Order: sequence, then structure tokens, then C-alpha cells
Amino acid sequence: MYDFAYHRPKSVADAIALLKGNEEARPMSGGMTLIPTLKQRLARPSDVVDLGGLKELAGVKVEGDTLVIGGMTKHGDVATSADVKKVIPALADLAGHIGDPQVRNRGTMGGSVANNDPAADYPAAVVALNATVITNTGKHTADAFFKGLFETALGDGEIITAISFPKAEKAAYMKFPNPASRYAMVGVFVAKTASGVRVAVTGAGPSVFRVKAMEEALSKNFSSDAIKDIKVPADGLNSDIHGSAEYRAHLVGVMARRAVDKASK
Amino acid sequence: MTSATGIGARVLRTEDKRFLTGTGRYVDDLPLARATYAYFLRSPHAHAKIKSIDISAAEKSPGVVNIFTGKDLVDAKVGGLICGWVVKDKHGEPHKAPPHPVMAVDTVRYVGDTVAMVVANSYDEARDAAEAIKVDYEVLPANIDLAKAFDKGAPQVHPEAPGNLIYDWEIGVKADVEAAFAKAAHVTKMDIVNNRLIPNAMEPRAAAAEYDKGTGNYTLWSTSQNPHVLRLILSAFVLGIPEHKLRVIAPDVGGGFGSKIFCYADETMVCWAASRVGRPIKWTAERSESFQTDCHGRDHVTHAELALDKEGKFLALKVETIANMGAYLSTFSTAVPTYLYATLLAGQYTTPLIYANVKAAVTHTAPVDAYRGAGRPEATFVIETIVSKAAAELKMDPAELRRKNFIPSTAFPYQTPVALQYDSGNYPPIIDEAMKIADYPGFEARRAEAKARGKLRGIGFSSYIEACGLAPSQVIGQLGGGVGQWESAQIKFNPTGNVQVITGSHSHGQGHETTFAQLVHDRLGVPMDQIEVVHGDTSTTPFGMGTYGSRSLAVGGSAIMKATDKIIAKGKKIAAHLMEADVADVVFENGTFKVAGTDKNVPLAQAVFAAYVPHNYPLAEIEPGMDENAFYDPANFVYPAGTQICEVEIDPDTGIVEVIAHTAVDDFGNIINPMIVEGQVHGGIVQGVGQALFEGAVYDKQTGQLLSGSFMDYTMPRADNFPSFKLGYKVTPCPHNPLGVKGCGEAGAIAAPAAVMNAVHNALAPIGVKHVEMPATPLNVWQSIQGAQRAAAE
Repeated sequence: MYDFAYHRPKSVADAIALLKGNEEARPMSGGMTLIPTLKQRLARPSDVVDLGGLKELAGVKVEGDTLVIGGMTKHGDVATSADVKKVIPALADLAGHIGDPQVRNRGTMGGSVANNDPAADYPAAVVALNATVITNTGKHTADAFFKGLFETALGDGEIITAISFPKAEKAAYMKFPNPASRYAMVGVFVAKTASGVRVAVTGAGPSVFRVKAMEEALSKNFSSDAIKDIKVPADGLNSDIHGSAEYRAHLVGVMARRAVDKASK
Repeated sequence: MTSATGIGARVLRTEDKRFLTGTGRYVDDLPLARATYAYFLRSPHAHAKIKSIDISAAEKSPGVVNIFTGKDLVDAKVGGLICGWVVKDKHGEPHKAPPHPVMAVDTVRYVGDTVAMVVANSYDEARDAAEAIKVDYEVLPANIDLAKAFDKGAPQVHPEAPGNLIYDWEIGVKADVEAAFAKAAHVTKMDIVNNRLIPNAMEPRAAAAEYDKGTGNYTLWSTSQNPHVLRLILSAFVLGIPEHKLRVIAPDVGGGFGSKIFCYADETMVCWAASRVGRPIKWTAERSESFQTDCHGRDHVTHAELALDKEGKFLALKVETIANMGAYLSTFSTAVPTYLYATLLAGQYTTPLIYANVKAAVTHTAPVDAYRGAGRPEATFVIETIVSKAAAELKMDPAELRRKNFIPSTAFPYQTPVALQYDSGNYPPIIDEAMKIADYPGFEARRAEAKARGKLRGIGFSSYIEACGLAPSQVIGQLGGGVGQWESAQIKFNPTGNVQVITGSHSHGQGHETTFAQLVHDRLGVPMDQIEVVHGDTSTTPFGMGTYGSRSLAVGGSAIMKATDKIIAKGKKIAAHLMEADVADVVFENGTFKVAGTDKNVPLAQAVFAAYVPHNYPLAEIEPGMDENAFYDPANFVYPAGTQICEVEIDPDTGIVEVIAHTAVDDFGNIINPMIVEGQVHGGIVQGVGQALFEGAVYDKQTGQLLSGSFMDYTMPRADNFPSFKLGYKVTPCPHNPLGVKGCGEAGAIAAPAAVMNAVHNALAPIGVKHVEMPATPLNVWQSIQGAQRAAAE
């Protein structure tokens, strides 16, 4: 890796002071993406601002019918949290299948959502559950947050402090892992919350997206039969040696049906 | 078996203590004072002219000690890397041998080709400096697609190999085979690809070298499977350092699978540069360098035809293969698709006529050479796939068709039509046992049950033959091999009775330290903890050929047995003297010399002590000391054989193939340590299933970029992909080596791909899928299903 200045601020304000106005600075939460990128010399930040000292950003809280999960909460802690398992068990299940135990014990929800890797799992949950992304400067709706490939609504000097998830009546996540990396090649999160039914897809496209036709069908009849004839167009989907766009489009249907079945159990 | 730790005992591996506690010593662990670190600048292009290399900025980079380019090697008159096996083509001409410069001079020929070596005070400084080297490339079209390598207009890799052809080789009489086909009742034809694999040993390749200015001696530490052969090549062909001035040490090595047999550019450079730099040099490949520059394996495109009579007896087999050599001919590359492939095409069968034609191609990809099984997996895949296809076409049971054509046990030694003479074997009981273990009769019920769950279940057979422990040396020489194929052993007792067993083979995961100790313990009665197995250092071991081709026990173990014979013979003379008996009356039992019919005895340790402290010793007749060497050159290959049965379930919605059960019944001859053998079989099956379902090196067909260049894109088989394997054994001892052993290291990888793919085809046949290529990834299977559905709709 190239040389950089390393900082470990003790407060959000200190972290923001280091990040704001410095385009070459990079925040690091769990480092599960940034560290390998640095080691391969694919990134050359002037400063790495380690958010690991911001203890107030880690942890799960239940506020009425809402789960508020701190940005620095590790995947492993989400997976094993009694509160998450009770309020949105599908979210705990998703977190328990991210990467491997080492990744789950380092990687954080805020880091994953802020990075918006097209193959990350969390964005599907955030969109399907119609969660709210809370930052040091304000709030973003899930739909407005994810802008495109590795692109989010986060502005200069803005970091995710927490994500708030409304309770789901029904929810499930089904992932088709890339055979090599085991990242989501196609991951479908289906949820029925107070704001309706949502079907969010990760892995298949440049960024997480919703399948409105399935949402409408499931709103009328929450069963896999209701969506069995709905085809997702392959246009614009990712294509690589593990999956053509057509294959990914097909898998969205398969995973969506399986997610609905799982959510219905 | 003489004891709980002798031949046949499941002795826990003694070397595992250091491996499992992190106390092994690998090349990268070496603490070398004043060490420098090397970084290799690699070609980012598959094919390009080097117009210029500007190192001026890089030389000023902090910490840089030296920078070398191909031109420096030309100036120093360093030889190129060699191919050590001369294959003669069908006209009797030696294969085309394009030069293989250690570092590229004016042309790069694959992504990863070595362009410059930077030596600096730290690895990061070396890498920083490498980024400052300016190479002006003129990018040229690349020859990547093997099936089109010989096409007119295909980009040429070497002027010395016109049309990209290295050799056009054949075995068998084509006209006889054609005549048999003309009379056949049925002909099965197929076109198959044997997918290209990247070895991925757990420890990447590494090298370190030190030059002693006072003595002029070089020491090279390398992750080599055969340090003496590496030294021989570097001395005699590449660097010209006299053999006695070059010590090669291969310490603990974390896996090789063949990829560490060969002499590579980077270790050559590290050794050569050590004297110029004047400080030790260390280099360890990054994983991405391993992907790009380790020799890859397999990579064949084959058309095969099998002729059968109306009863299903095989009449003749015809095989045409294009084999990829990559950009340069690696150390043993030419032999793999010829003498290690086509000579195995009889398999376990009495096929009387076989013709094979192999054309070797150069392409703008990494060199291809031996990888676990080396030629034999490719042969088994051809035979066992076409036999199962023929059975399906003839609506015969695949086991029945195999049985009908097995070489009968009474026919051994059996001369095949493709040069080899099988020494021993008994195939029908093996397949019977495998079918019993796999519950073959219950398969249709399991298929029906799976169908009710929406899954497609299939079963597949693979009955393999392997020729391992290449031998004898004279035959290897006649076939063009450049080295002998014997092995050495030395048994060196210390005065206090403990012993060093020194072998010319090399362990890089196989468990030699345990297996060889068991042999010596069993034979000489020395306790296991009094035996140290030594290997891997040209200065402390007799010249040896190293480890590859499942040879270490059959050849190296046999050498150890010969050395124990000499120890016992000498010990008898000493004991006879001490017991005042006639040597003819002395017997050796359980570690003690005895005179039959008396209570006189001399434990071996006492004879050893007498040999080193010869106060009462027959000095007039024998020399002091107890230290014996043996060299063993086998009379023939050994021929392990077996049958694997794989059972899979396919999810037609996703294309995912799941291995539900995998059975392997093998004849490895006598078995020394069943636990180690099981480990070898398990690992082999995993690699074979890996080839069938997961692994595949993919180059972009235009640019030649390696698309599967990391674990993010190259799918390794993992523990959760597998059920527990079911193993069984049948034993026909090898008749020509003293242990009666065959070889087990490659068998799993040889047999498994065909077993898996036959199961996949069996599962998919009911829905009309005719053919799936390896690897049968979810995408590949799904697309095959889609294709069949489209074909059915038309």
C-alpha cells in the first residue's frame, strides 16, 4: 500500500473535521473493502480516518416499532442481536450470511451501505424495508440514498451515523452467491411493512433496484404464485464470467419467489 | 504389520505438529541478514513489442539497490529457460523449441511475462520503483483461443514455431483404426474441452538467494518440488553456476500440485542477481502473481470416437487433441499431452486398436505444464466420458459396458496398444465394491424421490487407470526425457542408535516424514521418535529426482527399502562377529540380530554402536560406520486403478450442481498409512470435482487479460461443497517393487472429473441436455438447460 496519514478520531465532530473539504481523505469503518483496496494499491488516499473509535455509533436500539442500528455496528452483532431477531429476523439472517466470520466481526452496516458495492447485501434490506439512512447532517430515504455504482447521496463530510428500519410484517432475503467470491450475484429482499410491499434486488445491476411489477402483484396476493410469470428485463444488468445479464434476470425471479415463500413461512 | 506404528498403521502425521502450530519454516520465513527484496514488473499485455524501457526515474526511487532488464541477461550471456523433454513429431523431427528468455528482451508474450526486476531495501520500495519504470509497448494482436490457434491469420507467438505448432505427434496406426471403425456396429463421437486450471498451492512460489563472495558459493532457497533437478537445470543450462557451487534448499513447502516442479524465471533471477547485488535477495509471489505466472494445467480441445461391435465390445478408439502449451515451453510441458496422456488411452479396457494425434499449440497465455495427474486426468476424462456416452446411446448400463470391456485379471502383465505394459490389476471387484458402497441398485428410487422435490438427480462412473512413478530411466530416455527417473535414499545411523532417513524425494504436504519413518521403523525396529526424515537440501541429501507423478513411495520408498537391506546385511556381519557366530546363521527380527536356535542376540542399536566405536569389530572385513546409500530405478511404472461413482442433484431453476455422494474404490497396492492415503484421495477428489464444477482459467479472447485472476473470480472448491466421501480399497500388490506399492497422490484428481460430469449428464439427459462442458457452473448448466428447451421448442 502507499503511505497515508492515519487518524483515529474520538468523536463524530473530530472525524468530520478531518474529512470535510479533503477530497483525498477516506473514512474507514470496518475496512473490509478499503484495506484490500489499499493493499492492492488501487486507492491512494492522503488520509485514512478510522471511525473505529466512535463507540456511540455502534449498537442496536428499539424505538417503538423501529430498529435503529448504529452505523458502526458489525454484521456479526446485527446477526446475533436479540432485538434484530425479534423485530426483523430477516435482517439478522442477512447479516449472518455476509462474507465469513472474520468479515462479519470487522465489517459494519454503515460501511457497507456507504460503499454501495453492487454486490453488497445490506442495500437490498435498506430499500426493501424502506429504511431511513441517518447521517451527521440529516436523513435520506432509502430510495433517494443509493444513486448508482458505488455512488450514494452522501455529501462532503457526511457519514452514516445510524439506519432506522421499520418493523416488517413479513420479510425474507434470498441470495444467490457468486460461486467464487460468494458476494451476492443476485440477492432479493422482499418485505411487507407499514408502507407496503417492496422487492429490492442487489447484485444483479449496477446498484440496488426495486421490481415494481412484483411489488404490485404481491400487494394484492403475497404468494410466490403471484409473481411466477413476472420477468425482469436483462437490459442494463451486470454480465461477467459467472453470470450473463439474462441469467441474472432469470435468477431475480427465482430468488424473489423463494424469498416470498420464506417470508410466508 | 509389526507394531502400532509400522506398515499399515494409521500413524498421525509427525510433521503436522509444526504445520498446525505455525512453527514450520517456509522460504518467506528465512531471516537473512542485510536482505534486499525483489519485485518483478510484469507485462500488462498478452502480446506486445517492447519499444523501450526507461529505468532512469526508477533508479532514483528511494531504497533501490539494482534494476535488471532482459538486456542485462543478454549482456551477461545468461541462457534461456529450458524444456527438458524432447518429443519427436510424427515425422521423427524434434518439437519446435522457441527460445524462452528468463526476462523478456524485445517481446512480451503473455500477461505476466517478466519485464524487469527491481531490488530494493524493502518490498514496498521495490514496488514503488517498479511503478516508475516506463515501458513503451506496441500492443499486438494476441493468439488466445486454443481452438483457433492454428487458423490461418492467427497471431504468431514465435517465429520458430510457424503456425503456432510445436509438434504434430501421433501414436498408433491410423489405417488399422480406420479399418476397425469401418466394421463397427456403433460409433460414439464427442467433442470435449478439458478446462484450463490454475494450481493455487496454499503457499505462493517464493525464492531467496545468497552469494558468498569468499567461497563463490550460491545458496538458493526455493519452493521447489525437486531441488536437485532445479539445481541441475540452473547449472547446466541457464546460469552456468557449477553444480558444486550452487546449493538449492527447498524447506517446508506449502503444496505444489506440480506447479513447483518447474524452473521459473523469478527464482532464476533471484539466484543470478544475488552475486551482482552482493546482498541476499528475497522474493515471495503475491497471489495475483501466482495466478498469472504459475504454470497452469490441462487445457485441451479434443475430438474422440469410439467404435463398438454389436455386443458392446470396444473395437477401436480414435482421439484428436489440441493441447495448449501457453506462450513458452515449460520444463516438462511437451511430455504431458503425449507420453503422459495418449499412452493412457487404453484405460482399464481391452480396446485393441487406438490412434491418437496430438497437436501442441503456443498461445499468448501463461505456460501450461504438469498439474496433479498431468495428462492422465485428461486421458481418463476422454475415455470415461465417451464410454458413458456410448452406454447411454446403446441404452446399456454404464457399469455393464465397462465390465464387458475390462482387461481380465488373468491377462496381466497386459500390453496395451499404446506402449504401456500394465503390471498388475483386477478391475471387476473394484467396480463391484464401488457399486455396493454407493448403493447403485437404490439409485432409481433416489432419483424419483429427488424429482418429487423438483431436483434432477444423476449418477456417474469413472474407472481410471494411472501410470505413475515414471520408469525405467532407459525407457524415459528413449522417449525423449532429459533426466533419470530413479530415486535415492540414505540411512545414516548416529552412534546412539537414532537415525536420519535421507530421501531424494521432497515432501510438500504428502506426509513423507511419517510414511517413510513407518517404513524404517517397520523394517529396522527403530522407534518412530528416533527417526528423522530429511529432504530438500542438495547439500545434505544425495542427488534425487524430487516428488511428482505419485512417485515418492513407489520409487523413493523402494530406495529406502534397498538402503535398509544394506543396513541389515552389514548389521548381520557385525552381530555375527559379536556373537561369534557364522553370518549365515544370523537372522534379523524385530530390530534384533539372533542366531537361530540359540538365545544369542544383538539389538540393532548395539551393532550400530559397535560400528561407530569399533573396539570389538571385524575391521579386516568391513568398514566402520552405519551409513548406507541406495539408488532405485524401477523396472516399470506402477499402475493404480479404481472406480469412482458420483451422485449429484441439480436445481433446474438455478443450475446449481450439488455433489450428494462420492465413492472411490482404489487399488493402490499395499498401503503403508491408510490415514495419509485417505487424505490424498480426499484432496484429489476435491481437486477433480473442482475442475468439473468450479475451476476454470478464463482469458479474454481478444486482449488476453486473465479474467479469473483472483479468488474473487476463480472458484476454488470449498469444504461446504462436499459430502463426506466413501472410500474403499482392493489390493493387488505391485509385483516389481519391494513394497508392493503403487501410488495414490493423483488418483482422486484423475478419476473425479469424468465421474462428476457423467453424473451431470445422467441427471440432465431426461430433459434433453446433450452436453455440458466443464466447469459445470450454475451459469453453464442453466444455459445448457435453456438450449435444450429451445431445441425442444423448435
